[in-house]
Amino acid sequence: MPEWLVTTILILVKLGFVFFLLLTGAAYMVLAERKLLGRMQLRYGPNRVGPFGLLQPLADAVKLVTKEDFIPSQADKFLFFIAPGIAAVTALLTFAVVPFGPPIRLFGREVPLVICDLNIGVLYFLGLSSLAVYGVTLGGWASNSKYALLGSIRALSQLISYELSMGLAIVPVVLMARSFSLTNIVNAQAGLPFAILNPPAFLIFLVSVLAESKRIPFDLPEAENEIVAGFHTEYSGMRFGLFFVGEYINVIILSSMVTVLFLGGWHGPLLPGIVWFFLKVGFISFLFIWTRGTLPRLRYDQLMHFGWKILVPLALVNVIVTGAILLLLNPAKG
Amino acid sequence: MLDSYLPIIVLIVIALAFAVGTIVMSHLIGHRKPSAVKLAPYECGMPLVGSARERLSIKFYIIAMLFIVFDIEAVFLYPWAVVFKRLGMFGFAEMGVFIFILLVGYVYVWKKGALEWE
Amino acid sequence: MQVLFFYLVALVTVISGVIVVAAKSPVNSALALVNTFFCLAVFYVMLSAPFMAAIQIMVYAGAIMVLILFVIMLLNMGVEPFKKFTHVTWGVVAGSLVLMLTLFFISRGQPTKVVGAITRDVILKEGHTELIGKSLFVNFLLPFEITSILLLVAIIGAVILAKKEV
Repeated sequence: MPEWLVTTILILVKLGFVFFLLLTGAAYMVLAERKLLGRMQLRYGPNRVGPFGLLQPLADAVKLVTKEDFIPSQADKFLFFIAPGIAAVTALLTFAVVPFGPPIRLFGREVPLVICDLNIGVLYFLGLSSLAVYGVTLGGWASNSKYALLGSIRALSQLISYELSMGLAIVPVVLMARSFSLTNIVNAQAGLPFAILNPPAFLIFLVSVLAESKRIPFDLPEAENEIVAGFHTEYSGMRFGLFFVGEYINVIILSSMVTVLFLGGWHGPLLPGIVWFFLKVGFISFLFIWTRGTLPRLRYDQLMHFGWKILVPLALVNVIVTGAILLLLNPAKG
Repeated sequence: MLDSYLPIIVLIVIALAFAVGTIVMSHLIGHRKPSAVKLAPYECGMPLVGSARERLSIKFYIIAMLFIVFDIEAVFLYPWAVVFKRLGMFGFAEMGVFIFILLVGYVYVWKKGALEWE
Repeated sequence: MQVLFFYLVALVTVISGVIVVAAKSPVNSALALVNTFFCLAVFYVMLSAPFMAAIQIMVYAGAIMVLILFVIMLLNMGVEPFKKFTHVTWGVVAGSLVLMLTLFFISRGQPTKVVGAITRDVILKEGHTELIGKSLFVNFLLPFEITSILLLVAIIGAVILAKKEV
């Protein structure tokens, strides 16, 4: 087979694999969340559709597609159309730089298990997460409804505030790995994961990621008992579905970013690398669900104070301290 | 240079196709019976009060402006982190001054109460 | 292929640019500007400058445009709050002046020639971010530190603008 054909096929296979994985992952994440929340609240959770409710995601998808799909009469139609698309597409694109396993040998050549190992992988992730703001904001604004507007303004402020602490928490990781490439960052953690080497950065990143996912305890943009559903109050059918899928894909992606940046990615004893990666991602996703089942929602002033008065200065100080320690450990070699 | 980005371009196309496809499918399959009340913005079923295009608190505006400043600071931190080892002590002192000046600004913002939410 | 792609992206850029000026709703204008920035980022990637591309997206599309969008929402601007643009003559004069200037500079230089020591191969060998880091923190030390003062002024300006009692 010619070289370019093999390359193209490999790219397509990887893309197909990741795409399938993300969508089913998101669908079953919904089910897992409902089941776990049910257990935490001493209920059964969905258990009617199929064995143990395993076909529930399929039923949900059919329901979403067949629901009435209407546009509020006062909405800005164009923006109302594209906003959920932006939310879903930015979420889907982020996974391109996440390495989900060590390179494998296939057809006598080295195949890295990542769609695209960019040398600016970290910045690619940050850039896309800053673009993800648009889906939420425009969706809420275009609906021309008071609840949606409040939700989108809250979401905008919250997302940019926590994006800042998230970005600053990544700087120590780059300092230690000396690279933006996520594959290099994973390889730099072959010995000890960065979560152990730099726990403050890990905690700041974890909290910021929780806030970025707009879920309890940071779900003020959609707080259903004060502003109904926030930015997607007016959405129905599959357009709501895209927001929904986007949120869960986002959870998976943020979990995998935590895994790659702080938990050593695919590194781990005994089991093959790819299994370790998905175990870790699963664990962090479980953490997302667990906090949702445990913590109450913050007040908006508490949310902003926490982000700006605690996380941002802490992250800045952490950058300087990490730099100082790295200098002490290995003095400059020119 | 573009070759290494080819998978991302393909992914963009697939993701867009997915988003458009699902919406079109929902549009074709879903039933539709619009009525004036159904298409009105949701306000707990009550008649609408005023417009949704309200002016908002200036607090949000301050946050966005501060975000730009600190985001640019973070942008300077990234290349610094990559070449940190080569710069050594010199680079550390340099960034120390940079962050110190911005921390002065941060303390100013805090003292002026721009981070408070009443 | 590369050239074809370039023209495609260039076309999108120019169309988005026209929409920025011509769109009736300020929000649509802002969105078109985001799209323009995105296309510029693609150009940076094509020029082997991925770091610049990422910054273009993060700072321009992700931070500055968010502020602009915020202001549009905050000030509650309706569709087409401005009067129809009537200064066509002045527009033509300004446009042709800019065009003449551009042509002048293009005719004097050699826009397609590689200038300076940083070539594509150097970038591929050293890494784009590393090169930027080295020149920024070694050669351009003073401008970099002055930037921090500039940012400090921006912070103070933002607070004074927004707070009534300072």
